[in-house]
Amino acid sequence: MPGLTQGSALSEQNEKVLSPRQMALRRFVSHKAAVVSCIIIGVLALFVILAPFTARYGVNQSVQAPPNSFLSPRSNAWLGTDDIGRDLYSRLIYGVRVSLLIGLASAVISVTLGALVGAVAGFRGGKFDDILMRVTDLFLAFPFLVTLLVVRNVLGGLPWLKPLTGEMNSVRFIIVLFSIFGWMGVARIVRGQVLSLKEREFVEAARAVGASRRYIITRHLLPNSVGPIMVALTFSVVGSIIGESTLAFFGYGPQAGDGATSLGILVGAAKGAVQTGFWWLAVFPCLMLIIVALSINFIGDALRDATDPRLDRGA
Amino acid sequence: MLRYILRRLAWSVPTLLLVTFLVYIALRIGTNPVESYKRVNPRASRAKIQQYIDVNGLDPNFIQGYFKWLKNFITGDWAPSIKGRREVWPALKDAMANTLRLGIAATVVGIFFGLIFGVLAALRPGGRRDVFINTSAFVGISIPPFISAILLQLLFAVYWQRWFGFSLFPTSGVYPAGHTGFDLFLMLKFMALPTIIVAIQIIATYSRYMRSSLLDVLNSDYMRTARSKGISERRILIKHGMRNALIPVVTIAALDVGSIVGGLIITENIFSYPGMGLYFLKSFGEGDFPLLMPWMVVIVASILLFNLIADISYAWLDPRIRLE
Amino acid sequence: MTEKVLEIRDLRVTFETPSGPLEAVRGVDLDVSAGELLGVVGESGSGKSVTFLATMGLLPARARVTGSVLLAGEQLIGASNKYMRSVRGRLLSMIFQDPLSALNPVHRIGNQIAEMLQSHQDLSKRDAEKRAIELLDIVGIPQPSERATQFPHEFSGGMRQRVVIAIAIANNPKVLIADEPTTALDVTVQAQILEVIERVQERFGTAVVLITHDLGVIARVADRVNVMYAGRNVEQGTIDSLFDHPSHPYTRGLLASLPEPGKQRLKPITGFPPNMLNPPKGCAFHTRCEYAAEVCKLDLPELQTFGDLQTACVRAKELPKAESRV
Ligand SMILES: Nc1ncnc2c1ncn2[C@@H]1O[C@H](COP(=O)(O)OP(=O)(O)OP(=O)(O)O)[C@@H](O)[C@H]1O
Ligand code: SF4
Ligand SMILES: [Mg+2]
Repeated sequence: MPGLTQGSALSEQNEKVLSPRQMALRRFVSHKAAVVSCIIIGVLALFVILAPFTARYGVNQSVQAPPNSFLSPRSNAWLGTDDIGRDLYSRLIYGVRVSLLIGLASAVISVTLGALVGAVAGFRGGKFDDILMRVTDLFLAFPFLVTLLVVRNVLGGLPWLKPLTGEMNSVRFIIVLFSIFGWMGVARIVRGQVLSLKEREFVEAARAVGASRRYIITRHLLPNSVGPIMVALTFSVVGSIIGESTLAFFGYGPQAGDGATSLGILVGAAKGAVQTGFWWLAVFPCLMLIIVALSINFIGDALRDATDPRLDRGA
Repeated sequence: MLRYILRRLAWSVPTLLLVTFLVYIALRIGTNPVESYKRVNPRASRAKIQQYIDVNGLDPNFIQGYFKWLKNFITGDWAPSIKGRREVWPALKDAMANTLRLGIAATVVGIFFGLIFGVLAALRPGGRRDVFINTSAFVGISIPPFISAILLQLLFAVYWQRWFGFSLFPTSGVYPAGHTGFDLFLMLKFMALPTIIVAIQIIATYSRYMRSSLLDVLNSDYMRTARSKGISERRILIKHGMRNALIPVVTIAALDVGSIVGGLIITENIFSYPGMGLYFLKSFGEGDFPLLMPWMVVIVASILLFNLIADISYAWLDPRIRLE
Repeated sequence: MTEKVLEIRDLRVTFETPSGPLEAVRGVDLDVSAGELLGVVGESGSGKSVTFLATMGLLPARARVTGSVLLAGEQLIGASNKYMRSVRGRLLSMIFQDPLSALNPVHRIGNQIAEMLQSHQDLSKRDAEKRAIELLDIVGIPQPSERATQFPHEFSGGMRQRVVIAIAIANNPKVLIADEPTTALDVTVQAQILEVIERVQERFGTAVVLITHDLGVIARVADRVNVMYAGRNVEQGTIDSLFDHPSHPYTRGLLASLPEPGKQRLKPITGFPPNMLNPPKGCAFHTRCEYAAEVCKLDLPELQTFGDLQTACVRAKELPKAESRV
């Protein structure tokens, strides 16, 4: 275009130039639902970490001498009691504790695994990449619950995996199971990210100066994938928490040895409470699961908006 | 086009074989069919057990066993269920019919409302209606179906009965116990709640797809061209907007059978609705290999079929795609 | 003087943005005579597109438009949607920059032209299709009857822009607005598209408004030129007088930065276009003008006639004469 200076009308518009991270933070904070969700999750986390103080009863303790079963909400049992007289409020705290642990642990494992596999697949391409895509396609096409149950049983049916997975009804087993499920989605995301980043110049430049593959992956590609990985991590936490509840709901979850509980176990018990009409046993665990799932999803959604450069336009 | 379809169908045979082989291995490891048989039939004779192993292809060697199973499966020599020696095909057929009924009802309702809500949201992006629809949809996807099932069941089936003296929607089955024959009204009444629960998920998912897809289209240059022609807004939306916006949505929809079936399984279980989901959960719980394998074949085949439908509809809607 | 088909008076367009109101067009006066080719130049963001989108009634609802636009004597600003729909495509047509995305990918070329015809004329489908093929022929597309049944992705960029022109002229409009119709195309194709536009202008007597960055293009095809800066027109006149003795310092700068045989150095205008959220007071060009004085910062200069040019510069009379370029 001869004849005209090409200048951006926007160049003077932002008096203060924000770093990408500051801009992302700003976008995140502008999501009101996400901020509220952060607060909710924070409070929940506090309650759960301080369980010895916040819970009113032990996990296996009855609120009073019999008759104590199926008490509706009252002063000594704010959310009522279950079939053997245990306080639902306290058990919810213990339950959320276990569920958050399952969610976080399996999310961290699966995201780490998925990020590595995805980065390698995206970077190397070829056979490895093909097989990875086929396998994940297969898993994603199947109904989730079916795959979950079958894989769960396969894991439990391989004796040589015992040292890693523990008993089939242990919390450890559940964490391993969801780690196995979670990595695939993350691997696909990171792979896509790597494929697009690979095209960009700075990786070319790094290659040109002879940087090793490992160096490029750890120094360039992974840091640039931090946004999508964090988003995947968040959604993976919800996925595992809901997955655990689903398993427990159908009777395949962790077993409540010693009265230990999880959100899934409590929700599973809700099924029985529906017909009998002990509404508190159904409503409170379900509400708790909804709150947890919704809050984390809102956070993930806001994170995605905040870190997705495609949404940079406007504002 | 026809050649493409035939080739795809031909290709789906090896895929089907490979996937069923994987499923065969997974079920052999995961459910240990021989042990399950002995557990269910503790007094079975040696010969009986051997016969069970032979018909089902449960040889110690997985590859040999798989081909044995395959041969019997193709020739129609299906083993009866381990519990009660029931014929598999009639049970599977009934389950398929029931699930198709529920699945089609939920999908039609779900996609219809999902698309409408998506369009309504996209027409005024950022407006109050958009925020409401989009947030509700977000909440809808965040709530797992068994949670909404429990809560709706509690409200409409149990407490409705307590408060108003009659139950609005029944909580289980296709017909009340002891009912025989066909009764459309009764059937619809029994199907209402499970349909709603599966449909909620579909509505939530598709309103979001449709919204973002239509937003992309509405911001495109060819929509501006259409507007500069001076044709009516309605015609612009329907002729130029919807057709383009539906391309990605239809594709996703056909690829989504897996998750719809997933929702059906959970819902059927909660409502004791005798479909594919209940069938699966029951036979899986008992490790009933003869019931499970045909079920898996049906599921894999329908996923492959819908994949093909996705590709065909994509090519049909979008002239840029040529099926070679 | 020939009959004026389009008369824009004091047109103002304000967008509500998150950072406050943005006045993108700040009082534009502009005339288009029947059958003429008017060039509109100006830097990116000077409000060229917004001016004519407002004329077409195609701005988003959050844009506030005031002033007056008379098309063949009828007021368009504030006209009903229904009336604007009947104007668009019939009396006024617009071509946009990117031909690759301007056509709907799922409809056949012939149908996209026929749609334009049928929405303003009482034509049967058959006749509309026949006419569509004729139009494809007019804009220089070989084998028009086969091409009409094809989809946009089967056309090259230049061919698509021809189709877009065919759509725009289908109802023989009074004014054809071409918003950077060649920017996205190869240089050789650019020339062909300009030829098509000129041919249409001559054959049908259509008035054409050609928006561009490229003064070279203007010099080649335009009868008159309108120079825009920061949402205002700062100078207008016939092509000869403007190129011969530009008066406004901005126009002089534009011409000085034009490459030319025998010229050693291009002299680009320094500095950046103003931020339209908060434009400079007075003459918006004073931040970059080499003749700027205190008086320039006081009031917005209005267009005034100096010989055969109209110029919006308070110091226009005092400035040294520009060296002749012709
Ligand atoms: N829809 C809109 N919302 C807000 N601001 C807008 C909108 N459209 C245009 N603007 C602003 O109006 C101003 C003028 O834009 P316009 O598109 O008319 O410039 P132009 O002269 O056509 O530039 P170009 O040569 O880049 O096409 C710019 O500052 C732009 O940011
Ligand atoms: S008014 Fe002043 S600042 Fe503006 S162009 Fe004329 S001389 Fe330059
Ligand atoms: Mg423009």
